[in-house]
Amino acid sequence: MTIRITRKPSNSILVEKIREISGENPTICMQCGTCSAVCPTNDATGMTPRVAMQLAMLGLEEELARKTKPETCAACQACMVRCPRGLDVTKVMEALRLIALRDNINLITPEDIPAEDIQEMPAMALVAAFRKLTA
Amino acid sequence: MGISYYPGCTLKLKAKNLEDSAMAAAAALDAEMQELPRWNCCGAVFSLADDNLLMHVAPVRDLIRVKEQGNDKVVTLCSMCYNTLARANNLVREDEEKRDTINRFMDEEPDYTGDVEVVHFLTWLRDDVGWDKVKAAVKKPLDGLKVAPYYGCTLTRPYDVAIDDQPENPAIMREFIEALGAECVEYTEQQTCCGSYQVLASPETALHDANKILGSAQGAGADVLALSCPLCEYNVGAQQRKLQENDPESPKVPTLYFTQLLAIALGLDEDALNLDLNQDAARELLKNKNYMAVSP
Repeated sequence: MTIRITRKPSNSILVEKIREISGENPTICMQCGTCSAVCPTNDATGMTPRVAMQLAMLGLEEELARKTKPETCAACQACMVRCPRGLDVTKVMEALRLIALRDNINLITPEDIPAEDIQEMPAMALVAAFRKLTA
Repeated sequence: MGISYYPGCTLKLKAKNLEDSAMAAAAALDAEMQELPRWNCCGAVFSLADDNLLMHVAPVRDLIRVKEQGNDKVVTLCSMCYNTLARANNLVREDEEKRDTINRFMDEEPDYTGDVEVVHFLTWLRDDVGWDKVKAAVKKPLDGLKVAPYYGCTLTRPYDVAIDDQPENPAIMREFIEALGAECVEYTEQQTCCGSYQVLASPETALHDANKILGSAQGAGADVLALSCPLCEYNVGAQQRKLQENDPESPKVPTLYFTQLLAIALGLDEDALNLDLNQDAARELLKNKNYMAVSP
């Protein structure tokens, strides 16, 4: 898909939503890529915070959900402590998740978790995942 | 005034070995930990949304219990509980508007202002007990044991709750390991996230991260990984079985909670360790190293 870049944000509504939920302004991102370099989920899933920030700035909500997988963020804060612009990328990722969750879209399906996994996993894994990823 | 102890959801079941070894070690150091009589789950993760404060009520209620117990300090063991409680505490302390909203919402509890100190067990050892006293109490120095400290993400990030003044180059685990007479192995991935709760949503992420962390520790010559978090233990400990199934060449490193290493060095017996909850590799390691009598 061709992305047309104009001087004004094509969808300031998404940026506004992110600001409302997280208090963070993704448009201050300067695309240096430090966040993607330190992201522990990047290698395995292609989850790239840098691309997420760019698409958020451009207001491309669907592209963002499809390409950057904000639901795979582990909230480990590695990006947040290293961002040279002081952008709390982790909070922006949480806002992106919450936009989906508040539309009542589950980002994991509890019924699909194998029973043996539930048996073996520490309770905190389930608590944390349900809090971050279910509506 | 004593010290409150907050266990959290996982330490009563899957990670009872973390709790048992810590409480036995604290007793051996003549400290009394007073478990909160009525605690609730902290929520495991700190909510990052500015416009919804409900998620903060659970950890704040726990901090109110500390005050009700007559204490002003609470010790936690699980890294994620530590992170969630400490950050909720900072939020209440620093943001007046949010504090008022949370206090108005909780009609049965007294107002809370953030005046409890939340500390991790390691911080308590360093600041309240002191490494000198720990060293003096060591009966079985862990000579020749190469221990790789694993901080993961929640002990040092964000920086305002980090358990070390230098969150990008923390010394606290090294000081702890050396106080026990063991050798601290430095390696690259000691603060890399294990994938955390993504083991549910994106299991390939957790396996990838575990592989990277274990490979780095093994490459540096570690005999054992020292942990402080039950979810890290699941991702980098229990999941080694899956890594081996996927690739028999995958790195293998036994894992122990840091409190279990402490209990061994303090000369406590096997009961204090609750080793049945560890991976078999931990028992094998202790048998080979002969620091304590271990049942087969």
